[in-house]
Amino acid sequence: MTDIAWIDAALTSARPQAVGALLRYFRDLDTAEEAYQEACLRALKTWPANGPPRDAAAWLIFVGRNVAIDQVRRSSRTDALPDEDQLSDLEDVEAPMAERLDGAHYRDDILRLLFICCHPDLPATQQIALALRIVSGLSVKQIARAFLVSEAAMEQRITRAKARIAKAEVAFEAPGPIERSERLAAVAAMIYLIFNEGYSTTGERAPLLTPFCDEAIRLGRLLLRLYPAEPEIMGLLALMLLQHARTPARLDAEGSIVLLDDQDRRLWDTDRIAEGLALIDKAMRHRRPGAYQLQAAIAALHDRAARPKDTDWQEIELLYQSLERIQPSPVVSLNRAVAVSKARGAAEALAMIQPLQAQLSGYFHFFGVKGALLLQLGRHAEAREAWSRAIALANTAAEAAHIRLQIDRLTKEAAKA
Amino acid sequence: MLYAIFCYNDEDAVFSWSKAQDDAVMAKLGVVHRKLASRGKLGPSARLMPTTAATTLRKDREPAVVVDGPFAETKEALLGFYIVDFEDLEEALGYVREMGLANPGGAYELRPLRMFLPGADLSSRELATAETA
Repeated sequence: MTDIAWIDAALTSARPQAVGALLRYFRDLDTAEEAYQEACLRALKTWPANGPPRDAAAWLIFVGRNVAIDQVRRSSRTDALPDEDQLSDLEDVEAPMAERLDGAHYRDDILRLLFICCHPDLPATQQIALALRIVSGLSVKQIARAFLVSEAAMEQRITRAKARIAKAEVAFEAPGPIERSERLAAVAAMIYLIFNEGYSTTGERAPLLTPFCDEAIRLGRLLLRLYPAEPEIMGLLALMLLQHARTPARLDAEGSIVLLDDQDRRLWDTDRIAEGLALIDKAMRHRRPGAYQLQAAIAALHDRAARPKDTDWQEIELLYQSLERIQPSPVVSLNRAVAVSKARGAAEALAMIQPLQAQLSGYFHFFGVKGALLLQLGRHAEAREAWSRAIALANTAAEAAHIRLQIDRLTKEAAKA
Repeated sequence: MLYAIFCYNDEDAVFSWSKAQDDAVMAKLGVVHRKLASRGKLGPSARLMPTTAATTLRKDREPAVVVDGPFAETKEALLGFYIVDFEDLEEALGYVREMGLANPGGAYELRPLRMFLPGADLSSRELATAETA
């Protein structure tokens, strides 16, 4: 009476813990992955008949470990030399299954598994691909489709990335507190990369990549469950939930961005908003603000406004000010200027962004914002000029089309006047 | 006798359900809910946010300590509850078996109530909207 969909969900949710533990035993990613695969095959055979085990992860670790050890033993018979020193903890193979669920280890196992995907030598897209393959268990085919490359090309990229991390010395002993918090920060950044890969994609590819947002949220919840008292992890999860809540209203039928002001707010996902708000509430109590918390708080102020004009822009500006202090960047300042324009008018905002132009001369959004501010001040010719530069810098056809629409509107109004 | 039915499940699995999967499970459970409701047996019921949204006050020390996360970190987390009026345990088990078929995995704990305060009618509280926070 066990539903295949349910087994699937159980296998996916057990995966990070199971592969993480198998990696600790075998110290080799391929062996760990194969052992996990083999255990899953057995699960699909026995669970429907016998019912799912109470602890799916422990079952998979136990079975996967035994299968892999059997295989090493079998091949060592043909290869002459026993290869047992590759297997750590071999002596306790027969120990009771309950012991596998080594509470003290499993946090570090999962963190390590996530952390090896964040190797600084790997470009962002490879970190994402690797994490989706190893931690989330997406198929190479699914990942290849999302990144618009052939399956063979993606397979090769993942293989190369794995070879790279195999060479890197990953510490298998439990990390110290400083190392653990460094790992945590790297992993949080990688999870947000996965999220943004899904969130920032527009156009035809958007539906293929939306699942990345859900997956990043799942990993965020997993990380927060492992480290429940980390306010920045609460902030990260809240930020992702509060942004993803708007996904149903964010793209039109062609996959073009619908600006926040124009979104049908009734389509926003209220479950995600409520969970995000609850998490920020928890995080604030720690009084250890961080970049994720501040961005989440900003997203929350947008999400709480039933209509665009209800948005608390003054508070948003203050939050951007704090973000500027923690994480100074011209892009943050540009965002703060947008809040200033809403709270106190375009003139002040325009004065704020002028000094940013040198640093942001290649940034599409800078000229998009500049054009909009100039328009509000009635300086139409200059607005047109700024928007022309924006179009030249657009990263996607959708971005360019959006600006072109505004120029057209300006032209029509000029014709009417 | 009034019972609480506590719903336990693997929260990572449950919160990974797609909207369609979630809707399908809720539709199947809805059949049992309606049956209970039409017989006047169903009291207040709730689904809970994931345990990552939980906060716990440990009051077994002085001063009490606020801890992030659920009271007990278990493989199967408390994800919801019902208050139901059953004749006896036999009847209760019959219904939860039916609910278990609609929503496999995890467990239902049946616990007779010792005290019940119906409290205010909160049904007008639109849950999961921005305004409630």
